[in-house]
Amino acid sequence: MEMPAPDAAILSRKDKIIARLAKELPADALIHDPAETRAYECDALTAYRCPPLAVVLPASTAEVSAVLRICHEERVPVVPRGAGTSLAGGALPTADSVILGVARMNDVLETDYANRFIRVQTGRTNLSVTGAVEEEGFFYAPDPSSQLACAIAGNIAMNSGGAHCLKYGVTTNNLLGATVVLMDGSVVELGGAHLDAGGLDLLGVICGSEGQLGVVTEATLRILRQPEGARPLLMGFSSNEVAGACVSDIIKAGLLPVAIEFMDRPCIRACEDFAHAGYPDVEALLIVEVEGSAAEIDEQLGLIKQIAATHNPDELRESGSAEESALIWKGRKSAFGAMGQINDYICLDGTIPVSELPRVLKGIGDLSKAYGLGVANVFHAGDGNMHPLILFDANAPGELEKAEALGADILTLCVEAGGCLTGEHGVGVEKRDLMAAQYAPEDMEAQMRVKDVFDPDWLLNPAKVFPLETSASRRPAMAAE
Amino acid sequence: MMTPETEEALAEAVRAARDPFRIQGGGTRPVGRPVTGAALGTAGLSGVRLYEPGALTMVAGAGTPLAEIEAALAAEGQRLAFEPMDHRGLLGTEGTPTIGGAAAANVSGPRRISVGACRDFLLGLRFVDGTGAVVKNGGRVMKNVTGYDLVKLMAGSHGTLGVLTEVSFKVLPAPAAAATLTIRGLSDAAAVAVLARALGSPFEVTGAAHRPLGAAGAPETLIRIEGFESSVAYRARRLSALLGDAGAVAVETDPDRVAETWTGVRDVADFHGRAGDVWRLSVKPGDAPALAERLGAEALLYDWGGGLVWALIPEGTDARAALGTYAGHATLVRASAETRARIPPFQPEVPALARISAGLRAKFDPKGLFNPGLTG
Repeated sequence: MEMPAPDAAILSRKDKIIARLAKELPADALIHDPAETRAYECDALTAYRCPPLAVVLPASTAEVSAVLRICHEERVPVVPRGAGTSLAGGALPTADSVILGVARMNDVLETDYANRFIRVQTGRTNLSVTGAVEEEGFFYAPDPSSQLACAIAGNIAMNSGGAHCLKYGVTTNNLLGATVVLMDGSVVELGGAHLDAGGLDLLGVICGSEGQLGVVTEATLRILRQPEGARPLLMGFSSNEVAGACVSDIIKAGLLPVAIEFMDRPCIRACEDFAHAGYPDVEALLIVEVEGSAAEIDEQLGLIKQIAATHNPDELRESGSAEESALIWKGRKSAFGAMGQINDYICLDGTIPVSELPRVLKGIGDLSKAYGLGVANVFHAGDGNMHPLILFDANAPGELEKAEALGADILTLCVEAGGCLTGEHGVGVEKRDLMAAQYAPEDMEAQMRVKDVFDPDWLLNPAKVFPLETSASRRPAMAAE
Repeated sequence: MMTPETEEALAEAVRAARDPFRIQGGGTRPVGRPVTGAALGTAGLSGVRLYEPGALTMVAGAGTPLAEIEAALAAEGQRLAFEPMDHRGLLGTEGTPTIGGAAAANVSGPRRISVGACRDFLLGLRFVDGTGAVVKNGGRVMKNVTGYDLVKLMAGSHGTLGVLTEVSFKVLPAPAAAATLTIRGLSDAAAVAVLARALGSPFEVTGAAHRPLGAAGAPETLIRIEGFESSVAYRARRLSALLGDAGAVAVETDPDRVAETWTGVRDVADFHGRAGDVWRLSVKPGDAPALAERLGAEALLYDWGGGLVWALIPEGTDARAALGTYAGHATLVRASAETRARIPPFQPEVPALARISAGLRAKFDPKGLFNPGLTG
């Protein structure tokens, strides 16, 4: 994976740039010692690393504005960073960039239960947004697996999803407003406690723009009343195809479970060894969760069991208690950790039409054999968001490259099946060079025009999303030495 | 009117064009500043191209009539959950509402408060930009963060950035049963407070409206629940108990009457056939009653728990002047061409945002071909 060469002119002006930033920030909010900037050399995509020129940790929108104004004047690229949990390299620095971390901005600014919103600084973690409102019986719906650590800023940048978005939608469907600092340091307010835009839906454009259009410092988020209860049902099947058909039948029957999770045999075994959740040894496992009162849950699960019965399940287990529910989810939620115990892995994120599940799973199996690398599948089946985990040995020469090539083939398969490269993790640097598999040049041209308007000098989060040759004419020309 | 039969023919027409177009789907929603230009319609780009009930997705040409889409969905027990408003009764227009028109104007109904707006259901689209290039964005899958979300940019852009040619969208199962809970006699402020309590309950309210002048000329506060029959019965019981201190709660479960009530809210039936300008306010729900009072309106309708206010006010009045400063926006939906030329129908943006919007229009429509001046 190629990154642009750092601009030597910027590196040579480091002292001046640091001095200007130091005037605007407290001493402990500016890191430029190479021994310390190393802590920011990568995010959760650890295969790629590059220490930045400097790191700033502002505490307010005003400080973010001051930093961006200076970087704009100095023509220094800026890489916004939430909690650094991106699996796509969304916060990977370049050597000539300043990392702008929002982790210190984690206050709750306003909670309003009558109007059902919360306003927070975006360094706040996803789970602690719910934590701020759960005593009143409310919650914030998007729940990415990294929710304990990931920040709202990153959720907005990547338009994060989670296990429960089949019913509640992803970040963009739950984001009501944002305070955005543009690259020139100007601050704009988008949306608020009211619904929908009066003009162009710029909030909808900012969400999912991977930190390339502006830095979101404050967000107004929709909060919802918690359901009366929720209960999962675990079902085991003799093949991936049968499990996929069962998912489709559940949806066609007019049921809308809050989550439908799918695991295949390699993943089931790893999770069982790791979490001892009592999973059966079957080819494919579905976890279906429904919400409501006890009677409502009984009725919905009864219908789902009837549908499942027509697919001859090997196992059908309804949770009988909160402990059993927790155990069923514990296995699923520890999937990535469990796989990490036994292998290095690359986690993919392609999304496909639900109807294509059996065919794509078979295609992944064929590719896995052809490459000689194991693939475990765990994913959100209700919305077709797959997470194939490619297992490899990072210490074996050439295996990472082989695993990446397999990943590219799997994602291309997803696109060919009518799907997309990434459902919730974002393009970042990881899938940047695959964009042409999904989008024609004019499609990317239209997207890049949006960046031209928000960030005319292309300084924000450089070398992400668009293939380097596609964006070459727009990116800053290297200053002559 | 020019109605190209293919996307390529449309692109060709745009590439050859020197003079502006007035873009329209079914022509039922002439909102915005009056536009002069040759009419360019999408009626030739019609038809459901793909429908997968098991995947809850449909792809259709932009000019496909909503009625055709709704009929295809109903045959599979599904529906457009964002419940797009039919503007014909309010605006006195004729023609056929289309899916592309609903997308271009981001048209949603009462269920927006629970399931989201039209823009939340759009999965992907194709459009012809002002240079005549055919652009696609998004796709037909539920979750897609590949590249920037131009679907949101196009939704609600009123044809000023491009001409939609195809849209793909998420659909949802139609529920087996529904009920309307009605409390009569509440003031606007008391009604909005009751609706907030209902929406803040775990009982999944899918409609929350207040008609200050209901069927019998008395105020009606309306709450809708939908789902399995036993579930609707249970939730109606629990909500009646929860809200009973505000007044007697009447429960209607006849499907036709429930549908009629909410179609009336969706289409602002209370204003049909009445003279005056119609304004549409999007506000923080709790602010709605006080803001509405500033308008001195002849008639009001609150939807979205108060977050959406429809106001009928005397012709030629600038509602924004009466509203003063508040968080939200106001759109002049119905007025004479003279009034719409004088008072900006769309909420003027602060300079920083106006610059961005103008920049985007200049990039997507450099020759100024699409609905020039509509939103200005």
